[in-house]
Amino acid sequence: MLKTVSKTGLVFFPAFDWAIDPTHPEREERLLYTQDQVFEEGLLDIDGIVEYKPDMATIQDIRRVHFCAPDEWSVLTESHLISAGGAKTIGIEVMEKRVKRGFALVRPPGHHAMRVVHGSRGFCNINIEAIMIEYLRETYNIDRVAIVDTDCHHGDGTQDIYWHDPNTLFISLHQDGRTLYPGTGFCYEMGGATAAGTTINIPLPPNTSEEGFLYALDHAILPILEDFKPQLIVNSAGQDNHYTDPITNMNFSAQGYAELTRRLKPDIAVLEGGYSIETALPYINVGIIMALAEMDFSRVREPDYQPEKIRQSRETGREIERVVEEVLDCWRKGPETREKYLAGKPFVPRGRSIFYDTDNILETQKENLRVCGDCGGVLSIDSETDTGYHIFAVHIPRKACKACQEMGYQWYDSADAKIYHQIFLQDRTHDQYLVRKA
Amino acid sequence: MIIGLDVGGTHTDVVLIGEDCILRQSKVPTNPSNLFESVWTALEEVTRDVPPESIRRAVLSTTLTTNAIAEQKMVEAAMIVSGGPGIDPECFRTGRHYFSVSGSINHRGREIQPVDPMEIEAIAALLKSEGVRHVGVVSKFSVRNPKHEIVIRDILGNDFENIVLGHRLSGNLSFPRRIATTYLNASVYPVHKKFFQAVQDSLQKKGLNIPIFILKADGGTMSLEASLNSPGQTILSGPAASVMGSLPFSSETDETLVLDIGGTTTDMAVLIRRVPLLDPVGSEVGGYKTLIRSLKTYSIGLGGDSTVRIVDGKLKIGPDRQGRAMAYGGPFPTPTDALFVLGKASNGDVEAARRGIQPLAEQLGMSLEDTANRIFDQACNMILEAAARMIDDINSKPVYTVQELLEGYQVKPKEILVLGGPAPYFAFRLAAMTEFQVHVVPQWNVANALGTGMAKNTCELTLFADTERGIAIAPEEQYYQQVKKDFDRQKAVDLAFKLLKDKCLQEGASESELEMEVLEDLQFNMVRDFYTTGKNIRIKVQIKPGLIPEFRDIAERLFNFCPLPGAN
Ligand SMILES: [Zn+2]
Ligand SMILES: [Zn+2]
Repeated sequence: MLKTVSKTGLVFFPAFDWAIDPTHPEREERLLYTQDQVFEEGLLDIDGIVEYKPDMATIQDIRRVHFCAPDEWSVLTESHLISAGGAKTIGIEVMEKRVKRGFALVRPPGHHAMRVVHGSRGFCNINIEAIMIEYLRETYNIDRVAIVDTDCHHGDGTQDIYWHDPNTLFISLHQDGRTLYPGTGFCYEMGGATAAGTTINIPLPPNTSEEGFLYALDHAILPILEDFKPQLIVNSAGQDNHYTDPITNMNFSAQGYAELTRRLKPDIAVLEGGYSIETALPYINVGIIMALAEMDFSRVREPDYQPEKIRQSRETGREIERVVEEVLDCWRKGPETREKYLAGKPFVPRGRSIFYDTDNILETQKENLRVCGDCGGVLSIDSETDTGYHIFAVHIPRKACKACQEMGYQWYDSADAKIYHQIFLQDRTHDQYLVRKA
Repeated sequence: MIIGLDVGGTHTDVVLIGEDCILRQSKVPTNPSNLFESVWTALEEVTRDVPPESIRRAVLSTTLTTNAIAEQKMVEAAMIVSGGPGIDPECFRTGRHYFSVSGSINHRGREIQPVDPMEIEAIAALLKSEGVRHVGVVSKFSVRNPKHEIVIRDILGNDFENIVLGHRLSGNLSFPRRIATTYLNASVYPVHKKFFQAVQDSLQKKGLNIPIFILKADGGTMSLEASLNSPGQTILSGPAASVMGSLPFSSETDETLVLDIGGTTTDMAVLIRRVPLLDPVGSEVGGYKTLIRSLKTYSIGLGGDSTVRIVDGKLKIGPDRQGRAMAYGGPFPTPTDALFVLGKASNGDVEAARRGIQPLAEQLGMSLEDTANRIFDQACNMILEAAARMIDDINSKPVYTVQELLEGYQVKPKEILVLGGPAPYFAFRLAAMTEFQVHVVPQWNVANALGTGMAKNTCELTLFADTERGIAIAPEEQYYQQVKKDFDRQKAVDLAFKLLKDKCLQEGASESELEMEVLEDLQFNMVRDFYTTGKNIRIKVQIKPGLIPEFRDIAERLFNFCPLPGAN
């Protein structure tokens, strides 16, 4: 009888009746062949692999992470709640120690969803990993969490949500932003003033293959994780680095993904992108499940897999070595950068434009962070869309000091209701969410 | 007239059912080492002086194949499996003659690597030289394209007595289960064939030229001829017999929990508005996870004869049975003895029962009656807890669409039907302990034989179409057809119904039994490079399990409602 080494939980939710639109990559068919392969391999019968039905995330779960404008139901559907709920279910099973690890094989994805949500960007509406993590923090009193995003696209949404959180290490491994959506994720993006260094970006050149991914893992990701000492490792397991993916240019494989998972040993994996639905996803997902369960995955491969055909060039290898050096340098510089900010101005502003490609909305944001020596610092966001919707949002972080808490409420109370359509307060110290309407 | 015959572990029950009553019923002890004798004795008794032409059919449920597996008395069929990429097929080895060969087919049903004929020829030669007569052939994704299984069979040729192909047994995905299912079907084939030919020959010799049907694990019947193609479907038909017998007495509007409380175990099943709930994948038997369609049943090691003892100061019942109750001369106290102590049973040695319970009472520091009551209550609680676990398990079954998840259909039985030896006593106590409506199945002692006799034919059929590849296949039926781009879900359902009907009639069903329904109907647009290139359609249809229509109503008239003991 086939048995796992580590008991592994699985939520499989292919949302066979949901699509962004009928020919969109994020459509009903996306996990169809993955289901076929997972069922045909008999993975769900293996002693030590447990399938769970996803819970639905609640509006309260979303409000720990996002400011949805004008409100939650305007920017999401039930399937987003199931997808986030699936991640949450796996998180609970892992925290309750009913399984050692877990995989939320769910759709739609979430890693491009930022703290403020006006609509859908990069196929994402709400950040399913962040919703899970903040639920687990609220329920199980965990603090230090690392997210390793192995999707081919920069996890800019997750980066945004944890930009100012020194207790969340966000590492994104992706195709260089100069060559792919969303065009961000450079090494110098290393976190806000109070959390400098806990955002790590590893932009890899196009055509990176197994060697390159595993090199970055062994020489950058694993040592940084070792330093950070997270209580929980979450893998945003996007699968669009595959050599057959239609919307990216990388040369990763099912064997590579499985090996990466084996070495990373994430507590929780959550599916993100991956649009080679027929020739990649079925094999990658079987590989990841078996790697999480610590089973032998050596025979899991694509029918046309020929490693020598997709091997990266020597120049690519050298470029990756250079990127890894730069990444490690950023990581080392984190603490001193934080010190520098602390000695500087009491508030750090940040202004940016955010484009919602899926919904075609342009948002302009003005952030203001209190540079606090005692916590991550209270944060305000003034956000206006090109459609004219204007909000003001205040985020009091989970471990905010008294002064930051008081300042947050003061910002919220004194915001001018004549300027904004809505004013929000997310008080993570009390797990509270307040809304004031004009 | 109809004969229903159920071979159980200890007894063989047989009934002769007439227009509106049971004409004859009989119970003979089962001889496990000679099941034929048990069956024959029962058939002789029930058919004595009956004009042969008045018997319409005989339906048999036996433990033959189940026992063959449990006691490893089946022949060990050789298995030839081709896996391709994925888990090493070696993990699913069935026995000494197990060959993992080259060849691979992907999830779309496309050939990735062909079969190597030389490799198969070498295996065929080896098997012949070792005198192996029974072979199973399985390839991964053969239900999407059976080509490799067929090619391998053709190479093996006519030199084997029976070759079982995996895709013919079930349309469901699961390579490991397909291997196990094929192996079991190939391995029980000789014992099944020998047995039922003996039954048929003996009946013919007696001039009883009646059609013989066999009960399947899903509570449906198939003809003797059809059973030769998939004898594995008879494995675990035992629990189905009782469940089918309780069907007429269950609620037409609600869900029902059926409890069959036997000597060693209590078996549970769920009826949804008189339709038994099936296992979504397939049964598990003797350590094999299979694709054999079966009722969703759950069994716990607790029955009237379970051993009662004190462990760490606490009362423990079962899961073992060491013999009959002490009241019937057994070696250890049992729940049945507790019933004797409580005066609820009296046709045995009450003093022996009291002697059995007394030491337990002393250890617990309780009176004899209190101890007996506690044993009884604990047994009831164990049953209720197990039932709750089973229902929980049914309700936690994952679903894969937003709509199904939002609907969140949950099974919530409102009534319990009890059958089995101590049924009346348990029913009374369960009614007092819970909110359930509790009833005893009338004539529970022959409900299994009745259920067997009145069960109708069941069938399932899977149809898979891929209009990009231009194919529609129903693997179990060896059906393969080219389809055009305009083939769609509705056409697929119509085709599936037509094939299902043909299959059922072929398996001996009559037109009146064909209550067909759609179990699954999915259609996906296949999009490549932002253009729709075809449709991927998956259909599953079935004949609803149930009782043959003309007997559904008669069954109710057969019995009066059986009142609970002590209720007045
Ligand atoms: Zn992506
Ligand atoms: Zn502070």
